Amino acid sequence: MPTNKKDIAETPVINAEKLEEKEYTTLNLGPSHPATHGVFQNILTMDGEIIVDSIPTVGYIHRAFEKLAEHRPYNQITPITDRLNYCSSPINNMGWHMTVEKLIEAKLPKRVEYMRIIIMELSRIADHLVCNSVIGVDSGALTGFVYVFEEREKIYEIFEAICGARLTTNIGRIGGFERDFPDAAWAKIHKFIEEFPKVLKEFEKLLVRNRIFMDRTIGAGSISAERALNYGFTGPNLRAAGVDYDVRAMNPYSSYEDFEFTIPVGTHGDTYDRFMVREDEIWQSFSIIKQAIAKIEKLPAGVFHADIPSFYLPPKEEVYNNMEALIYHFKIVMGETDVPKGEVYHAVEGGNGELGFYLVSDGGRTPYRLHFRRPCFICYQAYPEMIRGHLLSDAIVTMSSLNVIAGELDA
Amino acid sequence: MEEQELLTSVDAKLKAEFGDAIISAEMMREFPVFTIKKDKIVDVIKFLYDDPEMEFRFLTDLCGIHFPDNKGQELGVVYHLHNMPKNWRIRLRIFFSVNDAVVPTLTTVFSAANWQERETYDFYGIVFKGHPNMIRIMNVDDMTGFPLRKEFPLEDQNREDKNDSMFGR
Repeated sequence: MPTNKKDIAETPVINAEKLEEKEYTTLNLGPSHPATHGVFQNILTMDGEIIVDSIPTVGYIHRAFEKLAEHRPYNQITPITDRLNYCSSPINNMGWHMTVEKLIEAKLPKRVEYMRIIIMELSRIADHLVCNSVIGVDSGALTGFVYVFEEREKIYEIFEAICGARLTTNIGRIGGFERDFPDAAWAKIHKFIEEFPKVLKEFEKLLVRNRIFMDRTIGAGSISAERALNYGFTGPNLRAAGVDYDVRAMNPYSSYEDFEFTIPVGTHGDTYDRFMVREDEIWQSFSIIKQAIAKIEKLPAGVFHADIPSFYLPPKEEVYNNMEALIYHFKIVMGETDVPKGEVYHAVEGGNGELGFYLVSDGGRTPYRLHFRRPCFICYQAYPEMIRGHLLSDAIVTMSSLNVIAGELDA
Repeated sequence: MEEQELLTSVDAKLKAEFGDAIISAEMMREFPVFTIKKDKIVDVIKFLYDDPEMEFRFLTDLCGIHFPDNKGQELGVVYHLHNMPKNWRIRLRIFFSVNDAVVPTLTTVFSAANWQERETYDFYGIVFKGHPNMIRIMNVDDMTGFPLRKEFPLEDQNREDKNDSMFGR
């Protein structure tokens, strides 16, 4: 049993003679293929069943978000961020709110920060559940996928109870939340806390020590820590290679420093390690949510936004009865609020790694320049190197384990 | 280390090594920001990568920026570097004329720069000299113009049914 799947074949390079004799086959994997889980194309050059080269083509769902963002007021950019990594949109939303809050130097109450952490960790669980179950699907185990999607559904129901939307959530506002978590949402969160561990344990029983799954994933698409860093990997993909970099621990935002959690790391950076790192992170996120709930219960109820009247919409009844509230309401809705000049970079730990927002403000109603550091886009360029010398089936599990989300890839 | 100390120490290192190539060093919020002469940027980053005290070995981000009113310095490239073990982050910037938008490539130091430079080329028309595959990445290959430049309209400029003078930039 080879320890690394690459041992099956010497890592091949394109052989000019073979190219001349037309001994290679060109295979189009994508743009629309069930195994790519999104719209992107890979033009593979195959020597028999072995991949010798691949050229990824991206940009099929490019929607010019950075250009759009230069023409929208700050509060209207949140829905754009939903559509980056749409498996965990709340993290993107929160990342954007925090970027603006950093620019306007708003200080948030602890309760709001803990509420945000609950939302972000729930969406991280949803994101990782999708990724891990899809690795199962791509290696032939559909059952686990169907099983955990029920839990993902429950997470989406929590989002629905909080903000009314499920996938593209537009959750929260600059300065806090649009409303306090309703009782229905708390009930759903408590129910989720109660039921989730059992389900996840069962899911792990299906795959973690499953011989077929291990044979399919161990050694598939491995990358060394050095190469991963050079390629700009972050998040679970980097941690699977053995580097314990996590933005939540390194540059704590939203009071992550108040929480106890460990950062799981792998050793080989292969598909199995990426699977296991995500699996452990789900448990860590689960523990963070429990800690956050405990912390919120100790704080006075009813606080759900910061006191920044020039950015946070006043309650509607005040708008009708109070001159000042009416002015603020008008200014915010018409996008007439002035923001300070300056440049900020804020990063959050997204589902796939460091999701950065580089915001340049010239004091106008819209950002002068907004750049999204999209972890998928940066790590996906390593894909040709990771699958060279592998079989096609390994390339497919490698792609699903990288968790490349087309929306984040193409912006 | 406090960010202010980081600024002074990196600045001292760079000034000693490159002298005039460092145009300015300042704090922007929590970020030390250095503006560097265009031709020296890769040498500076390579130096920061190799130097045993600096070891900025992670390229967080690379993107372009356009200031049409800064005559002679219209276009820019912004680099975010990270020293992970010590958790130092710095930002490097270069500015140059739109008529001379040729920048040395960073792919020799970071593989991560490959697609990010292609993206910058695609949106700003900044050519990275020495890049292995300098073609568009997001937009269609036969596109003319560079969409993130400020003069490029958000919508089709031939449209007459919309008046955006009241709303939007």
